[in-house]
Order: sequence, then structure tokens, then C-alpha cells
Amino acid sequence: MIEKINHSVLLDVDKCKGCTYCLKRCPTEAIRIRNGHAVIHAERCIDCGECIRVCPYHAKQAQYDRLEDFKDYKWKIALPAPALYGQFDNLDDLDYVVTGLLKCGFDDVFEVARAAEIVSEFTRQYLKREDIPKPVISSACPSVVRLISVRFPYLLDNVLPILPPVEIAARMAKEEAMKKHPELKEEDICALFISPCPAKVSYVRNPLGTEKSKIDGVLAIRDIYFKLVSAMNSIDVPDANSETGRIGVSWAGTGGESSALLNDKYLAADGIENVIKVLDEIEKENFAGLEFIELNSCNGGCVGGALNVENPYIARARLHIMRRYLPVATAHVTGDTDAMMWDKEVEYNPVLKLDSDRTEAMHKMQRIQTIAKCFPQIDCGSCGAPTCAALAEDIVRGEASEEDCVIEMRRQIHAIYDHLGKMVHDTYNPTEDKK
Amino acid sequence: MSVPLKFHYDVHGEDFTSAGNASVQAKKALRQLGYDPNIIRRVSIAMYEGEINMVIHADGGSADIIVYPDYIEIVLADKGPGIPDVSKAMQEGFSTAPDNIRSLGFGAGMGLPNMKKHTDDMKIDTVIGEGTTITMRVNT
Repeated sequence: MIEKINHSVLLDVDKCKGCTYCLKRCPTEAIRIRNGHAVIHAERCIDCGECIRVCPYHAKQAQYDRLEDFKDYKWKIALPAPALYGQFDNLDDLDYVVTGLLKCGFDDVFEVARAAEIVSEFTRQYLKREDIPKPVISSACPSVVRLISVRFPYLLDNVLPILPPVEIAARMAKEEAMKKHPELKEEDICALFISPCPAKVSYVRNPLGTEKSKIDGVLAIRDIYFKLVSAMNSIDVPDANSETGRIGVSWAGTGGESSALLNDKYLAADGIENVIKVLDEIEKENFAGLEFIELNSCNGGCVGGALNVENPYIARARLHIMRRYLPVATAHVTGDTDAMMWDKEVEYNPVLKLDSDRTEAMHKMQRIQTIAKCFPQIDCGSCGAPTCAALAEDIVRGEASEEDCVIEMRRQIHAIYDHLGKMVHDTYNPTEDKK
Repeated sequence: MSVPLKFHYDVHGEDFTSAGNASVQAKKALRQLGYDPNIIRRVSIAMYEGEINMVIHADGGSADIIVYPDYIEIVLADKGPGIPDVSKAMQEGFSTAPDNIRSLGFGAGMGLPNMKKHTDDMKIDTVIGEGTTITMRVNT
């Protein structure tokens, strides 16, 4: 039985043993173990994919679309992520990837790297503005933007208010297709992201910075990989050209987006735990002089996404070799950038708030503190909450009870035993007392 | 073939992010002529390295590919500052590239050595304050 969760993560309840791996690793404490299996708090989940990676029973699966689901569209455009180029051994010409995708059943290919180069050029210009709070934080990783929206609301103004490269790519690709093929209407065209990342599945359903995404489906790199490899192997001379530069390809790994700024005053971090630490430091204003912060939820950057085939560090090493003879960039900002900007603010999502009423929230906080003191503070996870503090919070929110703590329960049982033991003892040895 | 086939490319120096595009165009043209992929690779790498150098150091220049019956000639000409010490510049690892492009992977000091490595003949004419012309040949 597969239970559907309102995100990119599917839980196979039969495979879930109710262990505490994912519980302990979730950076937003969105997971609880209830009735013997994991339950994800949809509002808190930021789609970072940690639980998918860490589950020893493969009970968590990323959800994504399949190419077959889109066969009714007249014109299917592939939007390959830069990370795709790092998945192949002995590849030294990206034209093979583009030609291979066309052989796999796509009618056209629009490389997301092109849009990434445009975002880079925009960012270089944006950083020159005087009226913006610095450091500017990248908005490319949807998990990071969602994390900021639930945990770091004060930093929302620092987030670069441009749509992520894949969204811009989808929009440009559809426009290009309609120009090249005037007989096509927008509803005939579908733009399908070849994604390293389950968070993009969720992004398309609940977009950030815009009302509706123009991406029609998110396919997994690892799902299309073998078909693509055999298509690429059958190519003698590629007949389609890649239009990616060094900057676009570099976006696949951490530091790539930053290196494109041609400006040394940046910080690039990856791995969701590190991202949280960096955001904590920025919130404390500990980074004077930095202009740009690049944060990627996955280790290594997008090459570390849960939908890739190759190890992230191998993929990145390949990309470094492959990018050597690529032009610096091939795509440039032409005309107005308004259509690429957020048209809807990303707002603070106060899912961690205890109560909308401040006084009530303070009461609840006091109760949490009092209750938490009774627990052993070993954060064992056996109660189904990741920490003793989280259990106390769940109790106050009415989602758990004090008996869920096995240590506390054991203490109580011991107390009852002792009490009963004493009673029994007293009953059968009435004279002893009188000595 | 009495007049050799020639491709001319202007290498613009004002925008660093445009560097390297001419060699992509050259690669496409040579592919259309049906050259062996390895020959195309050597020509485009040699031209690429020269193109990047012209953008970084000389504010651009021009690149010409001349196709002869048994070899391809690449001529890169700029009006930049010239190379003060050619033998030093030819050493692997020697670089005068600015810091802000190093994180993109440039400035490893492999440009000129790579051009020599991938061609069958290379000649550097440089005059301080006037410019540099590099002529390379790849036998086909």
C-alpha cells in the first residue's frame, strides 16, 4: 500500500518499519512516527530529500512524472538540468546529450543551463543596486527558499526575487516553440524538466514566487537515464547542438552559481544542515562584506539530488573536465527582465508558530518548558518525536501524550511496582512494621 | 581548390561572458565539412584557448580559420599589450589572469601550453604595446 503525501515524497507504509532514521534527520522536524510508521507534516516539509536518502528500507520514494504520461501533447520539450551532463562516463561533447534526448521522443530541447546563464547575468546587474539588502541569497534551490519561508522570515527580503532557472527555461522554451512553429498553441506544448531533484516536483505543484508554474511535468534523471544512454550510444555524429556555456554547466554543483558572478565576495554552502547553520549566522549579521550567498540543500549541489544516477562528487569532477572548452556563456539577457521576476511574494509561512494569539502562544511555551523538564533529554525518538522538546510541543499541540515517552513510562511503571511491592510486603508482614 | 576556404570571427573583448563562442561556431563549420572528430577537437581547443586569452588580456581581437587541402591554419590576432616573456608564458602553470575568473576554472596557466599541445605547429609574433599574432597549424 502506498500512501500519498502532499509533497514529492511517497511513503510505502508496508516497507516502513517505524524506525527513527528519517525522524532524526529531518531538518524541519516534520516527521513523526505514529502507529508504527512515519508520518510527514506536510506544512513543515521543505522537500529536501534527506528522508529519502537516509531510509534503510527504501520506504520513502520520490514521486515524479513519466514521459508516457504526456503522449497526448503535440510538442514535448525536454528541459535538461545541468546536473544531467555529469551522469555519463566518457562524455566530452554535450551535443550527444541534446541529440540523445531528441531520439528519446522529445520534439525539442531547451537546456536549463541557458536560463541559468541569464539568471547569472541578471544577478551580476542586481548586485550593483544600492537599494537592496545584502547579502543577496540565491533563490534557485526550492528547498532553501521554503526553509527560509518557514524558519528565517527576516531573511526573505535578501532572497533574489527572480524565478528559478528551470521556470525561466520553461517560459522561454514555450515562447520559442510557438515562434518557430506558429501552428502550435500553448496548450499543445508541454515543458518537461529532466530533474535531479524531487523538490522540483513539489515546486511545480506549489510554486514559489509565482502563481502557476509553466513546467508541465518533472521527470527523473534516473528514470530516463538508460534509455538516454542507449540513444546516445547509437549516435554517429550528433545533429543537434548544445547551447550551454561554462557558467550554465557549473550551476550543477555548489559554487557554480557564485563563480558566475565574477565577484569574490560570496559564500557557497551545501547540505541542508550546513545551510541552516549559515542562515543562522546571516540572521545574526555575522557576515559583513559578503555580497552573495549560494545555498544548496543537497551535498555537492544539484548533482547531489536524490533523482541522479551518479555519485555527486564524481559527477562534479566530470563537469569540471567537460566545461573546460565551453564558451564562458552563450545566453544573455535580452530586453526586459520583468517576466522573469517573482510576480508573487514568497511569504512567511508560520507553521512553527504555537498560536496566532501571542499571549496564548506564551502560555503554550511555558507549558512546553514545564513538560519538557519531566523528560530524560536523551532525544531517543522512541516516542515518535525527534527530540524530548518536540514531544513536549506535540503534547501542548494536542498531538501526543506524556505516556508516549518510554523512559517516563518505565519510571512510572517502576514506581507502581515499588508501590505495589510495598503494599504486598506490608500486607503479608504486618508485624514487621510494629517493631 | 585555388582559393582556400576561410572563416573569420571577431572576438569581442568588452564582455568576458561572451568569450569562447567563436570556437563553437568554428566547430560547427568544421563538422559540416566532415572532418574527423579528433581534428575538429584539436582545432577548436587551440582556438578556444587563444580566444579566451584575447578576451582576458587583449580586449578581444580576431580569429581566422583557413582550410587548406592538407592542413587547417588558425590565426589569432589582437592589438593587446603583447607578451613580455614568451618562454615564461609557455610554461605550464604560469598565469596572469585576474582572480575573479579563477573560480570559473580559468587562470590555470594552461592556455598557451594547450595550444601548442593540440597543434602541429605554432608561431607567436608579439610586439610589446602593439599586439600579438599566433599562427597555428593542424595537419589533416
